[in-house]
Amino acid sequence: MIAHLPILQVIIPLMAAPLCLLLRHPKLVWLFSLLASGLAFIVSILLLQQVMTSGVISYEFGGWEAPWGIEYRIDKLNAFLLLIISAISTVVLIAAQTSIEKEIPKEKHTLFYVLYLLSLTGMLGIVSTGDAFNVFVFLEISSLSAYALIALGNDRRALWASFQYLIMGTIGATFILIGIGLMYQMTGTLNMEDLSQRLPEVEQTRTVFTAFVFVIVGVCLKLALFPLHLWLPNAYAYAPSIVTAFLAATATKVAIYLLIRFTFTVFGFSFSFATLPLETLFLLLGLVGIFVASSVAIYQKNVKHIFAYSSIAQVGYIIVGLSTGTVMGLTATLLHMFNHALMKGAIFLALGAVVYRLGNIQLSSFHGLGRQMPLTMAAIVVGGLSLIGVPLTVGFISKWYLLTALLEKGWWPVAILILLGSLLAVIYVWRIIEVAYFKAPLVGKTPVKEAPLLFIIPIWTLIIANIYFGIDTRLSVQVAQSAAQSLFGVSP
Amino acid sequence: MNFSLEVMLQLAIVIPLLTTFGIIAAGKYPNIRESITITASIILLYIVINLYQNILLGETVNVFWWEIIPDLAISFSIEPLGMLFALIASFLWLITTFYAIGYMRSHEEENQTRFYTCFALAIGAVMGIAFSDNLFTLFIFYEVLTLSTYPLVTHSGTEKAKQGGRVYLGILLSTSIAFFLLAIVGTWFVAGTLDFKQGGIFDTNVDKTVAGALLVLFIFGIGKAAIMPFHRWLPAAMVAPTPVSALLHAVAVVKAGVFTILKVCVFIFGLDLLAVLPTTQFLLYLAGASVLLASIVAMRQDNLKARLAYSTISQLGYITMGALLANSSGVLGSSMHIATHAFGKITLFFCAGAILVTAHKSKISEMRGLGKQMPLTMIAFFIASLSIIGVPPTGGTWSKWFLVMGTMEAQQWTLMVVLMLSSLLNIAYLLPIPYHAFFSNTLGKEPLAQTQIKEAPWPSLLAIGITTLGCLILFVYPQPLFDLASAILAGRE
Repeated sequence: MIAHLPILQVIIPLMAAPLCLLLRHPKLVWLFSLLASGLAFIVSILLLQQVMTSGVISYEFGGWEAPWGIEYRIDKLNAFLLLIISAISTVVLIAAQTSIEKEIPKEKHTLFYVLYLLSLTGMLGIVSTGDAFNVFVFLEISSLSAYALIALGNDRRALWASFQYLIMGTIGATFILIGIGLMYQMTGTLNMEDLSQRLPEVEQTRTVFTAFVFVIVGVCLKLALFPLHLWLPNAYAYAPSIVTAFLAATATKVAIYLLIRFTFTVFGFSFSFATLPLETLFLLLGLVGIFVASSVAIYQKNVKHIFAYSSIAQVGYIIVGLSTGTVMGLTATLLHMFNHALMKGAIFLALGAVVYRLGNIQLSSFHGLGRQMPLTMAAIVVGGLSLIGVPLTVGFISKWYLLTALLEKGWWPVAILILLGSLLAVIYVWRIIEVAYFKAPLVGKTPVKEAPLLFIIPIWTLIIANIYFGIDTRLSVQVAQSAAQSLFGVSP
Repeated sequence: MNFSLEVMLQLAIVIPLLTTFGIIAAGKYPNIRESITITASIILLYIVINLYQNILLGETVNVFWWEIIPDLAISFSIEPLGMLFALIASFLWLITTFYAIGYMRSHEEENQTRFYTCFALAIGAVMGIAFSDNLFTLFIFYEVLTLSTYPLVTHSGTEKAKQGGRVYLGILLSTSIAFFLLAIVGTWFVAGTLDFKQGGIFDTNVDKTVAGALLVLFIFGIGKAAIMPFHRWLPAAMVAPTPVSALLHAVAVVKAGVFTILKVCVFIFGLDLLAVLPTTQFLLYLAGASVLLASIVAMRQDNLKARLAYSTISQLGYITMGALLANSSGVLGSSMHIATHAFGKITLFFCAGAILVTAHKSKISEMRGLGKQMPLTMIAFFIASLSIIGVPPTGGTWSKWFLVMGTMEAQQWTLMVVLMLSSLLNIAYLLPIPYHAFFSNTLGKEPLAQTQIKEAPWPSLLAIGITTLGCLILFVYPQPLFDLASAILAGRE
């Protein structure tokens, strides 16, 4: 059983998805999905434990030896990501049934869970596999189900948003596929470990260079790096709330994982950072992304839009960490992936609770919400503080490590810019707080009640995690640090 | 009660925080709620005094809570400066609570539970700041203090309060994030530690430019010290109910700012390094400019609370200047000024509040002749003004004395002149108020009818009496304060 954990991680949600179709009854399907996701969560914990104690796990598919067969390869980085994804998925699912009852027509409930589990499968698969082509397969599974999930949104604009995402996502995936194809052409292998050993022999060729560029651009499209972010705001804003919470917390993280995996493991650090001016490129795009997206966030009227743009800005921070090309910077990046998942998961779930009660998410309908939905709004406040990076929240930990990494490089001006950027977060978060707490409820509007318990529990689980991991950083820092070290160990 | 010092130190931080639960639970019963606050503040004062007595005997206390990031821990210890700050804050919390009961009830303020809750939270944060053993811990409580006082500033919930809160939070949060945090990370990066240590933590051969830049970041980043041009939050905070202005924006919050500056100057940089940094001179002049400009602006304010706020900015400049002078007289004067200004300014605010609830006046021009209606309040106002100006028989005399000594020792003649000039300006903007109150024949713009004495509610009056007495006692009997303040630099090599 323990030996088969890597495959169980992916196969549990994969098998659960079609089984949902047999169950039919929405409540049952919900519980069943929750169970499947919960099992995946437990598996990810066990995997992480195993990796931390005894090193990399290699699992051969069907007994075919790597590099011929497909290999699942779990190292610290994968295990960390698996934990983030399955944990967020499980917590978000707790609120799913309550939320979709209001947002999705009843006959589509089963479909929702099927798609959700498939999307989860895809993400877990991307992260687990050690095979480049397999990455593409899972990428398509997760993306296609994500397009469909977004299209389930009850706003008609959801269709357009989903279509936009479909186009951009497909271009991204195609680019990745082209890159993988070129690599295969040059080396004759698809196994990532094998690729990393064979690519240096041919790394001076134009083909490998082209492959690299295709992969990087494709991945950056998926992770919504400025200026390839255009699909994201509408996709997040018009998708059903549960989908937004799930995708915002996990989907971009998976893309960033791919970026790290390709630059650090497959192509190798020295190639990646020497061939392309990745350092300058990431630094510039990251910084511009932080400022542009945060500034745009300030002017949004739809609260989901505010936090969607904030997500693009946060990707900027993650990329800036990556651009340093140091262990410290990579640690900061990995930490922020974990921490950002906690923040955005909590905030978007809370927004889901607001949609559940109000029926819309315009800032103008937040009037007086501080009194009507105290727990939900308090969660948004704490989540917002975490986003700003106030001490005792996870956001502070990320920022601390990022700053240390930047100073280590001697990039003082960048450090100042990063901090100024987080001041923009103060503005967009406070706009919401002022409306919710200082504006009297609109006259003639019926007051709403606090969100149901099935919302409050997952929201506050995540909020408490935001605070807990802001104080007890042993798990997150230790895993992120050792993952970063081992990534550099491969290619110092 | 016979707890170990470690336990008492932690209690000093935890009790105010725990009190918040009691206050919330008793929210529907104002009398019980207020007795909880009073009980807690008495216990806190008892504990702090107890700690003080043990510190006098030379005991040391260290408490380690939790390591957040490897080598960066939340930990506490007690040194004389922190002790001084904690003593002032806890004593004045008790007094202010009495005052607040009288004020808030006769003003019929809403949301009093939230008020007392945030108040207790803020005091807990102040205790954390006072006793923190490293810059990291201090920063955490510094931010908690900012956030917990925001609901107090915006208490009334009006548009004006919202605007004030915006400026308040905007400046305090952005300076602390953009400069203070950067300075801390930078210090950690350069020095490898953030622990407060006598004589500073930097190597002797540290790059002076970097250290100088860090000093600028610190002074700008500690926005609570309200050095111009980062002072706007303090006048903005005056929309808060008067007890908040009195305790937090004349004592706890602003003193947390200058306290942090003192801590940084003495225990992070060390006076020897501070004296040779290239930026010190510039910052000294900035503090001097802040002292003068704020005094001039204060003269032009007709709103009493605004005038007091600008006066506070000016007085905070004194303390910052004293710290930056980098000699023992300067530090002595600064730390004593924390205490003497606290008593003087809180009295002035108490008086301003008393005038507001009793006579419903907030403009200085309307306060003519008020001395006949509220003689006790106006006498207290007069005495406290003397203390701010720094003339006998009030405590302010001593701290200003040492500050001037400090400028002389450092041979900063310009700054000495600044201090003298500012004292004159203090006279010009403070003394006319009690003067006109007693010697004017009109009440506001109307002719004075008959003298009918109508003072503030007795709890408020009691509070005013105690703090006024404090101003006087600090003159007659400054020895304990002096001893504590001079112990700050004890053990300096």
